Amino acid sequence: MGHTIKVTVNGVTHEATVEPRMLLVQFLREVLMLTGTHIGCDTSQCGACTVLVDGVATKSCTMFAVQADGREITTIEGLAANGDLHPLQKAFWEEHGLQCGFCTPGVIISSYDFLKRNPNPTEEEIRHALEGNYCRCTGYQNIVKAVKKAAQSM
Amino acid sequence: MIPNNFEYIRANSVQEALQLLSQKGDGARLLAGGHSLIPAMKLRLNAPETVIDISGIQDLASIHRDGGRLHIGALVTHRTVETSDEVKSSCPVLSEAAALIGDPLVRNRGTIGGSLAHCDPAADYPALTLCLDAEIEATGPSGSRTIAADDFFVGMFETALQPGEMITRVTFPVLTRGTGAAYEKFSHPASRFAVVGVAAMVTLDGSGNCSSVRVAITGAGPSVFRATKVEQALTGKAPDEQAISDATQDVADPADLMSDISASAEYRAHLCSVLSRRALQRAVQAARG
Repeated sequence: MGHTIKVTVNGVTHEATVEPRMLLVQFLREVLMLTGTHIGCDTSQCGACTVLVDGVATKSCTMFAVQADGREITTIEGLAANGDLHPLQKAFWEEHGLQCGFCTPGVIISSYDFLKRNPNPTEEEIRHALEGNYCRCTGYQNIVKAVKKAAQSM
Repeated sequence: MIPNNFEYIRANSVQEALQLLSQKGDGARLLAGGHSLIPAMKLRLNAPETVIDISGIQDLASIHRDGGRLHIGALVTHRTVETSDEVKSSCPVLSEAAALIGDPLVRNRGTIGGSLAHCDPAADYPALTLCLDAEIEATGPSGSRTIAADDFFVGMFETALQPGEMITRVTFPVLTRGTGAAYEKFSHPASRFAVVGVAAMVTLDGSGNCSSVRVAITGAGPSVFRATKVEQALTGKAPDEQAISDATQDVADPADLMSDISASAEYRAHLCSVLSRRALQRAVQAARG
């Protein structure tokens, strides 16, 4: 049986009918065509699918779309404002915080949530904060540098 | 990965959830933070006919202290336990342990009641709950009952919860001067589940001897268990380094432990000894204040 849900994504409210088993990440990618949120492991580990749900970083492969009814979602597409990259996006660019880029949207969303709670983190705190986001290219060095740089400019 | 289809119903109160549970019977599962149930459903290890979403029941999401007891609602997330000032001052070992569960994203959604009801053999909260002699409040059609942690953990993914019951809160002791506790965990590097995790609580009497010792081990066996030999060896003794070291030489028999791709039973037995020693040393330090 379909459920009609109303979800605000990046400031725009969408109404849709979804099967209960549809995952939030599928809803974002396949219904709203917001493909910036990636599916990596699909087993709640890698964090590529991380989005903000009411401001809290969440693995969108581990939440049903029907649970997002009435909530506010922010995806990587929602961070830039008026064509200007968010300081985190800019810092990832400047510090070369990515290689293939697959994990990047999830890493940036996790970092966004983290920097809100901890605006002046140490390197160790940044590394712990990103335990739920796997990068298989960079060895994390430039990711950590980018988050640090973003913290200074936010 | 797509789960089997199911009926989704949101419950807005404990009463409503209990009614739905009794109406829907064995085919129903409660959804709290979803970080055990949803992965299992995606792998089709679990295929409930009905999912009752209890995540919005506000009554189950609070922490409060009542004298010497700390009540944590079933829907309190690991993140909240990790960061709560009340938990940090009343029972600091719980905050420390919550900070080691999964990763920050998992902790944002996973709940204490969900973790205990799921009863994964490598989960962290079972060790804390058993070590701290906590009480689990289970609510069913005929009201609430209290289950001692010693009676709650029955086996692998198996608890003393009866059909139609749900966990509504977990009650821990407030740790006062003379009592200390610590949790030591060897995490799997990818999943962050405990390859072995040991929680220890020590109470010292006026002359500095152990009047009570509780040690609980997760990750090692098919279910959390108490290291009774260690507890007995230290009770009544002065917990100096040598006594702790002697008592933790031979904590668990590999024949009782799990072997898998991450660790052999022999290695797990070794970890049981090392982590018990470390946890007891820190617990004694904390008890001395």
